[in-house]
Amino acid sequence: MRRPVLPILPALTLLLMLGPVAAGLWGAVLPAFGHLPAAGLTGPSLYPFQAVFDWPGLPRAMLLSLSTGVGATVIALAVVMLLLAGWSGTRAFGVLERLLSPLLSVPHAAAAFGLAFLIAPSGWIARVLSPAITGWDRPPDVLIVQDPWGLTMMAGLVVKEIPFLILISIAALGQAQSQSSLKIAQALGYGRVTGWLKTVFPRVYAQIRLPVYVVLAYAMSVVDVAVILGPNTPPTLSVQIVKWMSDPDLDMRLLAAAGALLQLALVVGALVCWRIAEAVIARIGRYWIDTGARGKCDPILAQSALFLGGVSAAAVFLGLVVLTLWSFAGYWGFPDAIPDGFTLRNWMRHGPGSLAALGETALIAGIVAMAALILTIGCLEAEYRFGLRVTQRGIWLLYLPLLVPQTAFLPGLQTLMLGIGAENGRVPVMLAHLVFVLPYVFLSLSSPFRAWDARTGTVAAALGASPDAVLWRVRLPMLLRPILTALAVGLAVSVGQYLPTLLIGGGRVTTLTTEAVALASGADRRAIGVYGLMQTGAALLPFALALAIPAIVWRNRKGLSDG
Amino acid sequence: MDKGLFLRNVEISKQGKRLLALSHDIAPGTVLTVMGPSGVGKSTLLAFITGTLSSDFSARGTVQLDGQDITHFPAHKRRVGILFQDDLLFPHLSVGENLAFGLAPGGTKSARHEKIAQALAEVDLAGFADRDPATLSGGQKARVALMRMLLSEPCALLLDEPFSRLDAALRAQVRDLVFARAKARALPVLMVTHDAEDAAAAGGDIITLQVQG
Repeated sequence: MRRPVLPILPALTLLLMLGPVAAGLWGAVLPAFGHLPAAGLTGPSLYPFQAVFDWPGLPRAMLLSLSTGVGATVIALAVVMLLLAGWSGTRAFGVLERLLSPLLSVPHAAAAFGLAFLIAPSGWIARVLSPAITGWDRPPDVLIVQDPWGLTMMAGLVVKEIPFLILISIAALGQAQSQSSLKIAQALGYGRVTGWLKTVFPRVYAQIRLPVYVVLAYAMSVVDVAVILGPNTPPTLSVQIVKWMSDPDLDMRLLAAAGALLQLALVVGALVCWRIAEAVIARIGRYWIDTGARGKCDPILAQSALFLGGVSAAAVFLGLVVLTLWSFAGYWGFPDAIPDGFTLRNWMRHGPGSLAALGETALIAGIVAMAALILTIGCLEAEYRFGLRVTQRGIWLLYLPLLVPQTAFLPGLQTLMLGIGAENGRVPVMLAHLVFVLPYVFLSLSSPFRAWDARTGTVAAALGASPDAVLWRVRLPMLLRPILTALAVGLAVSVGQYLPTLLIGGGRVTTLTTEAVALASGADRRAIGVYGLMQTGAALLPFALALAIPAIVWRNRKGLSDG
Repeated sequence: MDKGLFLRNVEISKQGKRLLALSHDIAPGTVLTVMGPSGVGKSTLLAFITGTLSSDFSARGTVQLDGQDITHFPAHKRRVGILFQDDLLFPHLSVGENLAFGLAPGGTKSARHEKIAQALAEVDLAGFADRDPATLSGGQKARVALMRMLLSEPCALLLDEPFSRLDAALRAQVRDLVFARAKARALPVLMVTHDAEDAAAAGGDIITLQVQG
């Protein structure tokens, strides 16, 4: 890194992260008011909004976005907080944590397919229980997956968000001195759960507030999970926006743009309400503390949280098992618990297509994750060398791309590209992925990078090592494990991206994720099994390598084995 | 030539509030001990001399080393060696590689290896070059850290409570070793400590910093 480059890296990173978001929102404003020169339309007019409001499905679509998003966030957060309250520091919690960590990187689409294959009327659970227990010899005629209330979609979001919130909270727990507070509360006669909620929860929540907002914004506007598990008539608002975007009639883009702004308003409104609810709950909590209640129901709460956490981990895990079964299944009639036979035919048939998609996925993810890693290290090193301070505002900027719903700015970004005649394709898709990969890579690497003992740098400099030599010869090798983990996080985030690939790629960039989600409308479970597994593998393999490589490289270095 | 480490009218403040002020010449082969309660800015003074002062602080005055004003030199050009209370051996390098990191560049490969072997033998660690530093005892690590620093041929030595992590028996032994090597190389030494025994063993001038009102 030459001297002139390093100081401008933080600004460049911010530009790459926030530029597309700002451009995309701007690109939605003009068409939303009827201005789309590419389609020969000039505004301003209120026609797009009128058309959106005239769409009969709108109230229901908005309600679905709200109910599934808020519901999934509340349930996931409640389960995670009760899990921490009842079990943090225990052996059961350690087991659960180890089970959940790898599940974090399972792509949303694969987890959603797995859940669908489990709980559908013709799913694995029904097959295992039939006909012995249920008496069914054909799948019952009930709508479980894609149910009109979006309950299955909500469940799909909950099982994926629980691992995320747990890992974020565990990081926050370390700074909250939770164990000593809990001990004091217990000595005063409080139950574990009540004592934790009254003393530790406020501090932990203050730390994880932004990630919780990210979960809320994401769950309210997710597209791939909604396509796979969500209702169809009408779908959620975000899915409808994507439908309008893919309509060959350019007029429909106006509706998509207006819908995007509506989606943004919906999410912002929900975040504001959430913030108000935080204050209300804080007040209620103070009253609760004031009553001095010691917590009679603690054991029940703790047990149910452990049960729900276990069920959620099992749902993702068994979902992957059933995807595997389907991908190798020969004939598998209802209600057999396992297929009649196993075959490689499904893999042979979908091999060429899925390998091409894997190549595209790996190319995009590899370049994007490397770019994000280099920018992140550059930013952190600049922060270290120039003594920059990270303010609360800086952290907000980092979270901003994750708080603005994808469906709010990606349609505008695509329309904007159309307007300036930019080609759809791989490079724009990479830039769009970078918007979402950068924050996660940064969040993953920043704590270990900053926690590095700066005296080591002082010693190395005193031994005559230049700042660059300190970085390359001391700091980066010592941080090999967190660096590879951050890279794996970046790869997994990129692999899982659906909407940026679909919209910015203009349908011409085919990754494992776009292929898998496109299969949702069909009923080819074997193809879904193959693509879902490949997608999961592409996201999980880097994590396995991130664990294995440092263990091999530093096998003779005990000082780095537990870092 | 003015051999030695000269601190002239050094004044360090934080947010406009003066933390410490000091002016002292340290002659080659002698030790200046700076004492004072924790939080008084002892480590800050060392950071100023090594060129790693955080931007929270502002400093005035000059640091002269062997007649050269190094106040504004980058950290890696100052030729000021430092030992902390932790050994801070690089955990990813072997003992020998740690010493090679310190050893001033130049010389053939075999000559460099020979120098490293000599340095290890000098502190009774012959044959330790391929060891993982994490497998060494506290006293062995301290000796490796000392030799790594000396191999970089510094012109002055800073000690930041360097013996406080060692147990009593080891402490005197390592302390004598460090002072003996520094004297043998005629290095000016600045030690910060809050241990009176360390100060007495150093045998040089003692400055006690007070918390500024």
